[in-house]
Amino acid sequence: MAQVLMKDLNKKYDEVHAVKDVNLHIRDKEFVVLVGPSGCGKSTTLRMVAGLEEITAGEIAIGDRVVNDLPPKDRDIAMVFQNYALYPHMTVYDNMAFGLKMRKFAKAEIQKRVGEAAEILGIHDLLKRKPRQLSGGQRQRVAVGRAIVRHPQVFLFDEPLSNLDAKLRVQMRVELKRLHDRLETTAIYVTHDQVEAMTLGDRVVVMKDGWIQQVGEPLELYTKPANRFVAGFIGSPAMNFADVTIQGSDGNMAAQGTGLKVGIPPSMAGRLAPYKGQRVTLGIRPEDLHLAAGADQASYTFDAVVDVVEPLGSEILLDVKAGPNSLVARVEPSVRLKVHDGVRLAVNPERLHFFDSTSEKAI
Amino acid sequence: MVIERPWKRWVYFYIPLTVFVIGTLFPFYWMLITAIRPDAELYRSWRAVNNAPFWTLNPTLEHFRDLFNKTTFPHWLWNTFFIAVISTGISLFCGLLAGYALARLKFPMAGALGTSIFVTYLVPPTLLFIPLADIIRNFQLGNTPWALILTYPTFLIPFCTWLLMGYFKTIPKELEECARIDGATRFGAMARIIFPIAVPGILSAGIFAFTLSWNEFIYALVFLSSPERKTVPVGVVSEMIRGDIYFWGQLMAGALLGSIPVALVYSFFVEYYVTGLTGSVKG
Repeated sequence: MAQVLMKDLNKKYDEVHAVKDVNLHIRDKEFVVLVGPSGCGKSTTLRMVAGLEEITAGEIAIGDRVVNDLPPKDRDIAMVFQNYALYPHMTVYDNMAFGLKMRKFAKAEIQKRVGEAAEILGIHDLLKRKPRQLSGGQRQRVAVGRAIVRHPQVFLFDEPLSNLDAKLRVQMRVELKRLHDRLETTAIYVTHDQVEAMTLGDRVVVMKDGWIQQVGEPLELYTKPANRFVAGFIGSPAMNFADVTIQGSDGNMAAQGTGLKVGIPPSMAGRLAPYKGQRVTLGIRPEDLHLAAGADQASYTFDAVVDVVEPLGSEILLDVKAGPNSLVARVEPSVRLKVHDGVRLAVNPERLHFFDSTSEKAI
Repeated sequence: MVIERPWKRWVYFYIPLTVFVIGTLFPFYWMLITAIRPDAELYRSWRAVNNAPFWTLNPTLEHFRDLFNKTTFPHWLWNTFFIAVISTGISLFCGLLAGYALARLKFPMAGALGTSIFVTYLVPPTLLFIPLADIIRNFQLGNTPWALILTYPTFLIPFCTWLLMGYFKTIPKELEECARIDGATRFGAMARIIFPIAVPGILSAGIFAFTLSWNEFIYALVFLSSPERKTVPVGVVSEMIRGDIYFWGQLMAGALLGSIPVALVYSFFVEYYVTGLTGSVKG
């Protein structure tokens, strides 16, 4: 059980500056997910915590110890890899016992711990098998088992579910969450999948190009993205963006884009006042767009043409065109619309997002 | 799936394969029947009655007896074995460490070093034996097994290094990273995880190195002179051909016995070295 502290962490390879000034305080027992597109530095950060990459500048502390110069084996961590990294020449039991044997645990204690872990993960029947005789999901369980027998201070997960098929991934995701609730061990989890990040993390760290973009609880990232990148990265389907100009005066402001005009509610007018006459980026989540009904104020509606209809059963994703802007709206499954139909869409005014066009920061 | 016509299998597969197998095995067959053929049959006219060039009518072990009683063949066999085993051992040890380092460790000039090791393998022994002879003489190792044990690694180490480097690269590096997190040092991870997984690669490198040194000719010819110090390949051709007289029976008997150990080694480890050359482990 320990906190993990990263202070001004930097990693430079010859040409590439992979991780830039990362400052992160991961609290004891917390499950933190690092998420971002490939090449954003999330895996490098994790590998620096593990001791597999050297730290170019900055400091990492696990518990109260600065671990910069400690070899991986002395950091009291356990890691689960994307390709499982099971030792192919050892049985499942030996795989799980390896870390304990290396630390000279008594045989009885090893047996007890491996037994417990196998019980938790439901792999008791597999202990005598070799990794190549296991399915992908079973291998994943063994890899997790090998990590938990050690009772480390911190778990590190490097895209552990990426090699599983979609169904198994959802199932393992739930199991990992349950496991964390049970073990209460600090965990750092790297993924490029924002759904995994949102569902697993107590807090989520969004990274891009080596920089941390935002750190926050999953819903906070969703409802209050710090910038355009986070807004577009978190949520599926992604947030709609449109270039607009802020017009009008205090009581009656509007965001005017080509083929699209949306009123700005009074609650946001103050923040947007300095941008009057300037171009900004408007962001609308698909679920904040609906077919206009009588209750919607005219200023919060606009006309569009249906481009594609994607019925998903529980909902319909409506790809529409408003002028040059392509938008996605999430509508009721009962809606019957055809391609090229004209529709009038209404926004949920309190949930509009605005981003500075140059800095891309949220306004 | 494409349905193949039977004649196509014959034309493209069975017939070429048969020709190839016969072509490969015929010299061994010839070696065998000549080794057990009595001199009377060996040296008679081609047109004599009852001449059967592809068959031996009265097989005899006389040549083998002569080989063991009248020459120092047992010594050659032992010399060859001793030299091949030790030089293979040395080369495997160096090749393992060098191959691992080149495949895994990041250090300046690693790529250039790997290439230059390979280039040394390309220098022909027919060129290299001249400077090596000088060195052997300076160290006064001439006419001792050590002359060969220490020179064979000049081509065996590059060979082993490259073969093993290729094999190590097929082993996912996460395996040893995981071992290092699990509590092993770098060397511990190498010894406990990587080497056991690399056994097929190590075995095939060992087998090839053993074969190369067993069959080596030019260094053995140049560096050894007394008859009882020689290796099989050199002994057979230098002692069984006296002037312009070829003792064909003994020559073939010696060659046959000399090829048996290599054939044995190959047949024992055939599965290993096939996986060793095709590589790959799945985690």
